[in-house]
Amino acid sequence: MPAGWLLLLVLLIAALGYGLGRRRALVSAGGNIRVLHSLPAAYGWNVAMAVLIPSLLVLALWSFAAPRVIGAMVVPLLGAGEGEVSLLMGDVRRVAEGLVRLGVDVSTVAPEGLRERLGEVGIALGQDVSPATLAAAARYDVLAARSDWLMTVLVLAIALGAAAWTIRRTTSALRARNEVERGVLGLLVAAALVAIATTVGIVLALISNTIKFFGLYPATDFFFGTTWSPSFGGGSELGILPLVWGTLYISAISLLVAVPLGLLSAIYLSEYASPRVRAWAKPMLEVLAGIPSIVYGLFALLTVGPALLVVFGDGGLGIMQGGTAVITAGLVMGIMLIPFVSSLSDDIINAVPQAIRDGSLGLGATPSETIRQVVIPAALPGIMGAILLAASRAIGETMIVVLGAGAAARLSLNPFDAMTTITAKIVSQLTGDSDFNSPEALVAFALGMTLFVVTLALNVLALWIVRRYREQYE
Amino acid sequence: MNDLRLFERAQAVDETKISAKGVNVHYGAAHALKDVSVEIGDRRVTAFIGPSGCGKSTFLRCLNRMNDTIPSARVTGRIELDGQDIYDPRVDPVQLRAKVGMVFQKPNPFPKSIYENVAYGPRIHGLARSRADMDAIVEKALRRAALWNEAKDRLNAPGTGLSGGQQQRLCIARAVATEPEVLLMDEPCSALDPIATAQVEELIDELRQNYSVVIVTHSMQQAARVSQRTAFFHLGHLVEYGETGQIFTNPRDPRTESYISGRIG
Repeated sequence: MPAGWLLLLVLLIAALGYGLGRRRALVSAGGNIRVLHSLPAAYGWNVAMAVLIPSLLVLALWSFAAPRVIGAMVVPLLGAGEGEVSLLMGDVRRVAEGLVRLGVDVSTVAPEGLRERLGEVGIALGQDVSPATLAAAARYDVLAARSDWLMTVLVLAIALGAAAWTIRRTTSALRARNEVERGVLGLLVAAALVAIATTVGIVLALISNTIKFFGLYPATDFFFGTTWSPSFGGGSELGILPLVWGTLYISAISLLVAVPLGLLSAIYLSEYASPRVRAWAKPMLEVLAGIPSIVYGLFALLTVGPALLVVFGDGGLGIMQGGTAVITAGLVMGIMLIPFVSSLSDDIINAVPQAIRDGSLGLGATPSETIRQVVIPAALPGIMGAILLAASRAIGETMIVVLGAGAAARLSLNPFDAMTTITAKIVSQLTGDSDFNSPEALVAFALGMTLFVVTLALNVLALWIVRRYREQYE
Repeated sequence: MNDLRLFERAQAVDETKISAKGVNVHYGAAHALKDVSVEIGDRRVTAFIGPSGCGKSTFLRCLNRMNDTIPSARVTGRIELDGQDIYDPRVDPVQLRAKVGMVFQKPNPFPKSIYENVAYGPRIHGLARSRADMDAIVEKALRRAALWNEAKDRLNAPGTGLSGGQQQRLCIARAVATEPEVLLMDEPCSALDPIATAQVEELIDELRQNYSVVIVTHSMQQAARVSQRTAFFHLGHLVEYGETGQIFTNPRDPRTESYISGRIG
């Protein structure tokens, strides 16, 4: 039975269970709700949850595991070497799927002309079906049908069994509400675990590929090499230093733009702006944060770069070769980060207690003295946190540097030179046709891992600072 | 409260420091203070008492124009400090507040060291010519606030690390360091325990030697202990104003009598 129908059936059993559980509880109380330990609906939910949770869990696990187990069982039929298995298994799965669609008897079908027949039902194959593949596919279909049947029986048995057992237990004294609440708590924990498990999964994927990369390319050359020249023909030099330099240079310029502008606008908004101006200006500023970074990239490529070229290029000062340069990407990224710095700083400045401002004003300090000497020092740890968050955002930014900074990996001090960053190189190493087992492609994971560690460290530092600050005033 | 014959206290000087006539305060549409007229004497302690929301803190904040920082507040009437109208457009509220210091209900030390907290006012007003000058001002202020012995070994420790009572005395030291002529205190002891309260009250009595002190308090016992004159506010009106002893032993207005005897408030 297809999984969709099975799911529907389980839901139906749960709904029936709900009604039966509710009624049985009411009957056992003789229709008097006051005698029941919990509300009638809780008894119903108790049955429904007892049905749904185990049966859906089994359904999900089985659907996840079955293709892998069956695949492992048919691999010996192919008689293929280690390297080809994954390619051949792709074919096997597609042929198996096609055989089901053709509706032919898998024990009698012949490999000749099968490719064309499969093409007619929408299964495109790269080569003719070999007898070994066909045998494996036929076996695959048999096993899959058996697995499907087993899963259907098992899931339905669990659903019905759970329903019967829980309805039998339902009496007026059953603490149904407590059980339902425990079940809900479990669901909440499971939802939280999904996010955590995903993070762990990402880190594990990065780590395993990074280790693979360091097996092919020496780590010292990667971390201390000053040349970045990947070539898929072999003999690449994959030193990260030019990329780290480009990343830090562009981030530093963007922070030089974003921090003063953001901080000053935050001070204006929180201390001087009238409520009307504030209600209008703050959302306007935050619109900047909502613009997709690719749009900023276009702005850098089409507007800022050419504009800078007019002043600093061959027609002007002659120190800028092309529109894409560190300064272009840095300026545009700085504009993108302004709302980050200003919005967070504004919140932090507003969190400084009014009593402290009153204390300073009450001593005869002017508003500007109060801001400089009392409010900003009080808010400084939080502002530092905001700046670090902006910095980690700058380091991880991709689109603006892809479009605005150029593609040349170089170690240079001139901000008008084109440079590139870690993120931009991850993009270029993984796009296009590349063999995922070559160091040139795997280096992307090592770069990603480096980036991840750096931004994680910055975020942890920022959160730590912000938290320390919060403890002071609450 | 063992000695209520307070009206017999010696009044060394009896000249008016602050004179308010017909003061009204509105917060937006709310009429918070209605036609208040008071003469506050120099070198004495004046207490404002009354139930919550009666306008006593609002009136106190008029005296150094702290209400200017509240956008919706509107003050009318005439308040004179030494005969000079403080709401005159030519008067800079910043200079006024240097002369009329304020201590708030909740201790609000700056997130700075103890030393820097006290030095803050003198520094922004340029009262110290040298480091030694500043040291002397800080020490004098801390001694007057009865905090010197506790704080002298930790002047560089953060002011927020002190206990509540110490913090409030630090705020008083901070206020007296600028040598104001009038000290306004808005329920300075409401966050303090009885021992710290006693220390602050003792301090207020000493400050009377040099300043005119105005204190808002919820505690009638405190008003009776520290003040020479008492004003009773009710629902935005100044109900009665007179010698502290007279207010507490022989109030003229029945509302005052009800309040001090605990029947309303």
